Amino acid sequence: MEVEQTALPGIGLRHDFTTRKGQRVGIVSHRTGRRDLVIYDKEDPDAVCHTVKLNDEEADTLAELLGAPRIVQRLNQLHEQVEGLVSVQLPISADSPYVGRPMGDARVRTRTSASIVAVVRGGKVVASPGPDFVFTGGDVVVVVGSEDTTAEVAGILAEG
Amino acid sequence: MHHTAILFLEFGAVLLGLGVLGALALRGGISPIPLYLIAGLAFGTGGVLPLATSEEFISVGAELGVVLLLLTLGLEYNADELVTSLTSNARAGIVDLVLNAAPGAIIALLLDWGPVAAVAMAGVTYATSSGITAKVLSDLGWIGNRETPTVLSLLVFEDLTMAVYLPILTTMLAGLSLVSGAISVGIALLTVSVVLVVALRFGRFIEAFVSSPNSEVLLLKVVGLALLVAGLAQQLQVSAAVGAFLVGIALSGELAEDAQALLAPLRDLFAAVFFVFFGFQTDPAKILPVAGLAALLALVSMITKLLTGMYAAKRAGIARAGQARAGIALIPRGEFNIVIAGLAVGAGAHPDLGALAAAYVLILAAFGPLAAKAVQPLITAIAKRA
Repeated sequence: MEVEQTALPGIGLRHDFTTRKGQRVGIVSHRTGRRDLVIYDKEDPDAVCHTVKLNDEEADTLAELLGAPRIVQRLNQLHEQVEGLVSVQLPISADSPYVGRPMGDARVRTRTSASIVAVVRGGKVVASPGPDFVFTGGDVVVVVGSEDTTAEVAGILAEG
Repeated sequence: MHHTAILFLEFGAVLLGLGVLGALALRGGISPIPLYLIAGLAFGTGGVLPLATSEEFISVGAELGVVLLLLTLGLEYNADELVTSLTSNARAGIVDLVLNAAPGAIIALLLDWGPVAAVAMAGVTYATSSGITAKVLSDLGWIGNRETPTVLSLLVFEDLTMAVYLPILTTMLAGLSLVSGAISVGIALLTVSVVLVVALRFGRFIEAFVSSPNSEVLLLKVVGLALLVAGLAQQLQVSAAVGAFLVGIALSGELAEDAQALLAPLRDLFAAVFFVFFGFQTDPAKILPVAGLAALLALVSMITKLLTGMYAAKRAGIARAGQARAGIALIPRGEFNIVIAGLAVGAGAHPDLGALAAAYVLILAAFGPLAAKAVQPLITAIAKRA
């Protein structure tokens, strides 16, 4: 998408672009920090038909509202882009051979080359647990690896 | 009564009166400048209520007002913007200059006021009031419009022209001989170019010297520097106003914004005093005989500004309605036209020049913004039909 940037001497900067449906929108950034969200008239494309004046806080809020879902979406895309990489959540059942034993005993990385990146216990996340971390029943282990290796980890944790 | 008591009473009454007039102007949605001028006419020579004691004080205040007006104008734009405007908008800028300087110059020549008055009147009809225009753009929600950059860059070009024009005018008004006049214009232009180059290349050194986290220190440094350079410029026959303007240009970025915010109240106070003082010097009895002429001049120069704006906007690829808006936004005249007329009157130009300029600015400062408001629906109609 092409965003046009225009200097407004003595006032600040204007950025504007046309949406796919043909609506032109822009932002006037005043030197004073004020931001105007401007909507252009469809009949007179040179003229602004509506101006929303925003102070710093309001501009930030608007940016957040528009930006936040986009960030999540981008993260998901990023994940998809690394092909073949999956992250799975594996529960430790009460009859798992590793209940009460340190994580190092399972030798997950050595045996499967997948990684345990976190353990969720009681709603809290333990990020990057060390080999001394002791499993209890009900823990949920987050594993990152390929389709095959993560399946192998599931087998190990269930049966040893 | 004690001298100081009278001074305070008179000055206080003037300021209070201006405040009330300003409130009225605000309510009517017009610039307060015409009302300040009328107040000056009432209080000055031949007015309803002539003030005697505070006139000298007010005249010094008025000089400060000119310096502060030009300092803040210089602060508005940085050197980059000036150079960009000069290179990319030169053609529209020159059309603006030729079309709008002509009415003033021609009328002065027709009245047989002589070449110096013609140069002064050319300046009076040429310069658009950037202050009033900015307010019109903001009030009518035109800031985001696509023709607005064209309007603004014309204003920048006009300011740059002023930096060259004012020293030439001051030299001519000083009535120097051709040779010494040429030398002092040369000095003036050299100074202007040197300051521009210094501002572009070494602006940050000046800023490093002036800048301060303390607003009090910053205010004192900026005003002090501006007055010092203004005095120096005056001594070199370059005009104090130009000196202050150049200081404004040399400062840019965040520093300029801070300084602008700090100076705004000070400028408003002394600029108001300046307009009153200009009214002071103008005999109201002289206004009426030139009123018809001023109205004609106003009408002609409204048309020339309209054409200028339309031409410039058309070149920028703006459609019909936007072209009309660009022209209308440029109509208001105000502070600088009075500054120019003030310089001419101070130097003893033709006695009617002040009256004509006052009447002319009265009309255009008041009528410009109103015209813009009035034609807004008409422009929408043009756009719909197109």
